[in-house]
Amino acid sequence: MTNTLTPPGRPVGDGAVAVKPDDRLAADKRYKIIEATMRRYGYQGHGLIEALHSAQEAFGYLDDFTLKYITRALRLPPSKVFGVATFYNHFTLKPQGVHTCVVCLGTACYIKGAREVLSAIESGHGVKAGGTTADNQLSLLTARCFGSCALAPVITFDGETIGKVAPQTVAGQIAQRLATSALR
Amino acid sequence: MNLEELNATATNERLAQAKKNHHLHVCVGTACQALNSEQIAKALQTALRQQGRNGEAEVKCVGCPGLCSLGPLVEVASRVNGGPTQPANESPADANHRTAVLYQFVKPEDAEEIIAHLGGEPVKRLETPLDQPFFTRQTKVVLENCGKVDPERIEDYIAVGGYQALLKVLTEMTPQQVIDEITRSGLRGRGGAGFPTGLKWGTVAKADPNRYPTNVPEGIQSRKFVICNGDEGDPGAFMDRSVMEGDPHRILEGMAIAAYAVGANHGFIYVRAEYPLAVKRLRTAIRQAQRAGLLGNAIGGTAFSFNVEIRLGAGAFVCGEETALMASIEGGRGTPRPRPPFPAESGLWGCPTLINNVETLANVPPIILKGAEWFAGIGTEKSKGTKVFALTGQVKNTGLIEVPMGISLREIVFDIGGGIPDGKEFKAVQTGGPSGGCIPAQFLDMPVDYESLAKVGSIMGSGGMIVMDDSTDMIEVARFFMEFCMDESCGKCIPCRVGTVQMHRILTKIQEGKATTRDLQILEGLCDLVKHTSLCGLGQSAPNPVISTLRYFRDEYLSKVKPG
Repeated sequence: MTNTLTPPGRPVGDGAVAVKPDDRLAADKRYKIIEATMRRYGYQGHGLIEALHSAQEAFGYLDDFTLKYITRALRLPPSKVFGVATFYNHFTLKPQGVHTCVVCLGTACYIKGAREVLSAIESGHGVKAGGTTADNQLSLLTARCFGSCALAPVITFDGETIGKVAPQTVAGQIAQRLATSALR
Repeated sequence: MNLEELNATATNERLAQAKKNHHLHVCVGTACQALNSEQIAKALQTALRQQGRNGEAEVKCVGCPGLCSLGPLVEVASRVNGGPTQPANESPADANHRTAVLYQFVKPEDAEEIIAHLGGEPVKRLETPLDQPFFTRQTKVVLENCGKVDPERIEDYIAVGGYQALLKVLTEMTPQQVIDEITRSGLRGRGGAGFPTGLKWGTVAKADPNRYPTNVPEGIQSRKFVICNGDEGDPGAFMDRSVMEGDPHRILEGMAIAAYAVGANHGFIYVRAEYPLAVKRLRTAIRQAQRAGLLGNAIGGTAFSFNVEIRLGAGAFVCGEETALMASIEGGRGTPRPRPPFPAESGLWGCPTLINNVETLANVPPIILKGAEWFAGIGTEKSKGTKVFALTGQVKNTGLIEVPMGISLREIVFDIGGGIPDGKEFKAVQTGGPSGGCIPAQFLDMPVDYESLAKVGSIMGSGGMIVMDDSTDMIEVARFFMEFCMDESCGKCIPCRVGTVQMHRILTKIQEGKATTRDLQILEGLCDLVKHTSLCGLGQSAPNPVISTLRYFRDEYLSKVKPG
């Protein structure tokens, strides 16, 4: 199935990718993971969301090339794949920073001051919600609810849950984690 | 495995557990795990080895016992007599209750001290009483195994009577008898709307798969489907997550029973991608059940076969709506469609589909085992059984609770919840998430059931219960929910897509002090319009937070608008 992908004939995405598509599929083992997911659903359309999940897990985001690859493998119209990828909040078409911080804005967190926590991080690290810092180190996202409401307000840093944060200290906590990972 | 093998497994597991005098249960639910509870389990195991007490105690990682605000929690259950065996018919859960000690805020450093005190006086500085109202006022049906069984071991679930109901159904009952039993129990859908479960099952069972055109993908044999709705999107609700994480086999058993009753051979569990732990535990549970012959082909040696697949959500609130959820399983955008035809007649790929909430399905095995009369004996006349709530917000004991229907809000907030912290006053409790409303203090003594909540302008919802104190700005709460609905509106129907934006704009205007009484009138008009003309539940209920705050906290609105 991999070989059925014909070269698109023009630069992919923002034009930064110089390699030919087939080279890229062969060179990058992560496409094998997406391939396996699609095979599990018999390359049928109902496996689309699962395929996007594994693509996002493998690459961190969905670029044009990957979307086209899935489009052809599943024989779906590009509009459908793009439509699904943009409909769901979980999928992102933008590359993410090295680290990701997610602020929960669920009701329980909101009542306990998540808004202030978010603005403290925004001003402390110079990044707006949904954006990435200039040095590409930190992406700041918001979420609907982690379901860890007893720990409200909650943030996660690279998947690690940090509960009961305070607006005064949260920016420092994140800076500290960024520094420790930079040392490693 | 058949019934004999199941019983043998249960007995063996009970005997193995009975060899240990002490059972240490460490909560590894999401909230406690975030506080390093897995480290605690490891530290306890190390301490057991170091103190040479391996033989008399075991450490078990369990689901959420409920009191998340005191986490991480460790429960130590010891047998009183310390005899070598226990009666085979007594489940370990019963035995554990006899002398149990609950430790709060446990750190890995405390492990040695806890182990050293096993069998003696409990560690006083960590102990939290088990006879506090938080525990004594609850009635556990759905959550009876959460905090007791290891969610990653099927044997542990079998030892407390797991899969007995499924085999009973398969060997002793006809599908119609199962449906009748569920109907007589009075179980109603726990997803929020409260539709009678037995009626739904009966409709799907009677539905003709050939009535509507179908396009089932290759490789799926079934012509009817069972879907477990685990897309728990309400912010501030985590009941389903706790059940999926703490007792995944219960859900599989409930699904299999439902599938037998309606004649389906394939099922889906739709889980939010934001719940990675629940997904992992469900995957493990499905694998174990298949290996044990309790899912898959020829279950329990009978002719019945049933397969379960997990489908991940991708962060769309509207996918909690049944037709949107099915569109998502089919691989498309999760947008709802008009009903009828209802999913019971034409659902997933056009086939008759039974779609039930996690909690509804978790209620099924105990109803089959203990009988419809037992279940109908709990709760009120029209709302039977128990309901799980996620109690959060400005309340002392936050966490997961299960109470009989008909309990008063006052009991939930002040007895179980322990009241409002920091000497503040109770203002309102919000139920039903973005589709629900705020209930003010004057209704505190109202019974909690489907009808009473609807009467005061809220809904049961999936079970989020957020307590607010007098420092909470109610307009801000309404605006928060409206912003949520605005973002989550799928965009298919106009009243919801445009109406939520306009309502949010007016609420923002009110908050900025720029609104007039004329805006308030427009807001009320919009509420009415969106409520009655939207396509699906999201839009129809989106105005609820505004309507209920306007109804009970109108002064707050009036104080912020200018006449005009």
